[in-house]
Amino acid sequence: MKLMVSFEMDEEQKMVQETVSSFAADLMQPAMREADETEKIPEEVIAKGWELGLLGGCIPEEYEGFGEQLSALTNVIAMEELGWGDLSMAMHLMAPSVLAISVLDQGSEEQKKQILPAFCGEEYKAASCALVEPYYNFCPSAMRMTAERDGEEYVINGKKCLVTLAKESENMLVFAATSPGMGFAGVDAFIVPVGTKGMEIGEKEKNMGIKALATYPVEFKDCRVPAACRLGEDDGCDFLRLLSRSRLALAALAVGMSRRALEHSRDYATQRIAFGEPIGSRQAIAFMIAEMAIEVDATRLLVWEAAWRCDKNMDFEKEAAIAKNYAADMAMMVCDRGVQIMGGHGYVRDNPVELWFRNARGFATFEGMVMV
Amino acid sequence: MTIDFELSPRLKATKNMIHMFAESAVRPLARQYDENEHEKPWELLAMVQKFMGGGMAGAFGTQSKEKKEEGAEPKEKKPRETNLSGAVTIEEIFWGDAGIALSFPGPGLGGAAVQASGTPEQKEKFLARFSGDKPVWGAMAITEPEAGSDTANIKTTAVLDGDEWVLNGEKIFVTSGKSALEDSEGFVVVWATVDRKAGRAGIKPFVVEHGTPGMQITKIEDKLGIRCSDTVSISFMDCRIPKDNILGSPEVVDKTKTEGFKKAMATFDATRPLVAAMAIGVGRAALDFIKQTLSQEGIEIRYGINPNRMTSLERDIMQMEADLKAARLLTWRAVWMLDNGLRNDLQASMAKAKAGSAVTRITQKAVELMGPLGYSREYLLEKWMRDSKINDIFEGTGQIQLLVTARRILGFTREQLK
Repeated sequence: MKLMVSFEMDEEQKMVQETVSSFAADLMQPAMREADETEKIPEEVIAKGWELGLLGGCIPEEYEGFGEQLSALTNVIAMEELGWGDLSMAMHLMAPSVLAISVLDQGSEEQKKQILPAFCGEEYKAASCALVEPYYNFCPSAMRMTAERDGEEYVINGKKCLVTLAKESENMLVFAATSPGMGFAGVDAFIVPVGTKGMEIGEKEKNMGIKALATYPVEFKDCRVPAACRLGEDDGCDFLRLLSRSRLALAALAVGMSRRALEHSRDYATQRIAFGEPIGSRQAIAFMIAEMAIEVDATRLLVWEAAWRCDKNMDFEKEAAIAKNYAADMAMMVCDRGVQIMGGHGYVRDNPVELWFRNARGFATFEGMVMV
Repeated sequence: MTIDFELSPRLKATKNMIHMFAESAVRPLARQYDENEHEKPWELLAMVQKFMGGGMAGAFGTQSKEKKEEGAEPKEKKPRETNLSGAVTIEEIFWGDAGIALSFPGPGLGGAAVQASGTPEQKEKFLARFSGDKPVWGAMAITEPEAGSDTANIKTTAVLDGDEWVLNGEKIFVTSGKSALEDSEGFVVVWATVDRKAGRAGIKPFVVEHGTPGMQITKIEDKLGIRCSDTVSISFMDCRIPKDNILGSPEVVDKTKTEGFKKAMATFDATRPLVAAMAIGVGRAALDFIKQTLSQEGIEIRYGINPNRMTSLERDIMQMEADLKAARLLTWRAVWMLDNGLRNDLQASMAKAKAGSAVTRITQKAVELMGPLGYSREYLLEKWMRDSKINDIFEGTGQIQLLVTARRILGFTREQLK
């Protein structure tokens, strides 16, 4: 194929986008409000979502999957549609991606054989990820949780929060500093079976947004795991690379959710009459919407480009960080305006914009949790 | 097709070549032609004419060149990258210097209008001159003292008298007007109304040749930036031009049908992303300067860390980089659509809006961040800040771009969203 710049999705990507988009519209959107209020995701949504085969489609046949190759670009396209549908459900559905894709990308052969087949079945299989820590200045490059080598074992100590589906999962991917003070390079990941002695899962967290997603605080007190649980075993892993893959996923979710908020604002602005005209016929409202549209598109392109670099085996860590930070700010801006454009109607829970507004701020805090 | 952000080998080579040229031949002259406003780097311009035949501005309006062939037989569409090539080239040249780049000879916006709505005879007659040995300019005169973005309010009149149109009125802010009319044997495309009652439908473009009696340059503007490029006022007093110099049909068909106007306005779909590319070139120059300075001082930007741990400097730089890249990607998308025959008016406006505002902010921030180095005329940062402001103004202000974008997103007409 001729090498040149193009913004057109390939056939497979178009198909993925279409399929996930219908799922989001038919199953996620109608259940969004109730899920948020009851803090519970309907099982049907997850079951039907799993049938899309998004994760199994990333895993090659030799590990019982049905994917040809892992494509971050195709996955961010799917993630955007899921984010459009609902953030809690999207993150629940794709929570296993962190463990599965980390193992696929950097696990040892043994680990791939052991872990991956579970995510290729017909039924949803939860998996958890423990990355964020409960400190105001948490940063993945300055992880406080440690994993010290002791003979044939690692001893894990420290606190985590925003641990997705901790109680629902069989395995948890736990990120801890093996060489504290070494920044990203000093961090490793461990595949820790839930229930391992020394792992204490607290009560379900109460967050401002993503209320329907079950997240937990988890404390590790002298939690011992075999050295073979270390991702990549003796080789360890490239933590920043995994973090960046996760940042791409989060950024894509932010694009999808913001696009939904933009569409809602657009529709309201054309229908709501004030002073005898739709409010969108005033520049004060129209310009807000124009800027929202520009920023949603701009962020999508930043995400695509970073994902494309990842697929091309180019450096993409810086690009992913830039895209994620940009997406977090964009989502907040767009969803804030979504509320503002609706005025009082935006503030009441009869309308969905307040939900997106609460979800949006989370992107600045979320790390890990989903991956492409 | 599949999503790809890598330039073709041919475009990469072009980009590298143009960059070398911008660095070695354009950048070193930047300060001189800022301080000495109204002077031109003639040696450089002659070289540009010789090597680029039609110059940078040749990229403008190239879209219709190949459209002609498409109509005949529905053959398989070959991927083109003419407009992308324009955007990439412009970014590099403007990285060198915006003022000098804008003064490059070529058909310019006037030529683009001829290209977009001229007959084959008109194209032959008016455009051939740009591939000669001597630098020649084309210019476009739309703005009037009382009609800027509001082009429908144009008051300059064109009245048919026998075999001639008679033009009367005043135009301002004509980019390269002096270059086209006094410094070379060029022309200016003048927008005038043949029927004021008809509103937009009555507004038509006319080609006025250099040296036409009744046309006079009345003012050369002193500007905030892009000082190497001349911006002039032109007055028309019973200025007579041949009947055939009108572009498009002279008929005012129907007040509700503004096809001719729309067609000419469609040139903006091609030029707006290119103006965005100009902005991006200047913004990149400023960002490159900062990064180089910081690296000399041994300061490293920590990209992967969380925002709550970043220094204010790191935050600013990441924001600037993100904005610049976002603007470039939006611009590439807009030109890619044009190259692939897709309607791109929305995306063109989005790109220009983003690039104009982003680069204005980037260069202002750059001056702030570099302290006395930013403010001093020893360096070029302060110049870039002045230069870049024009990108949020010409070819439709940032606000006009938002208006166009909002109308499309909301599905409103110009009457519904004013």
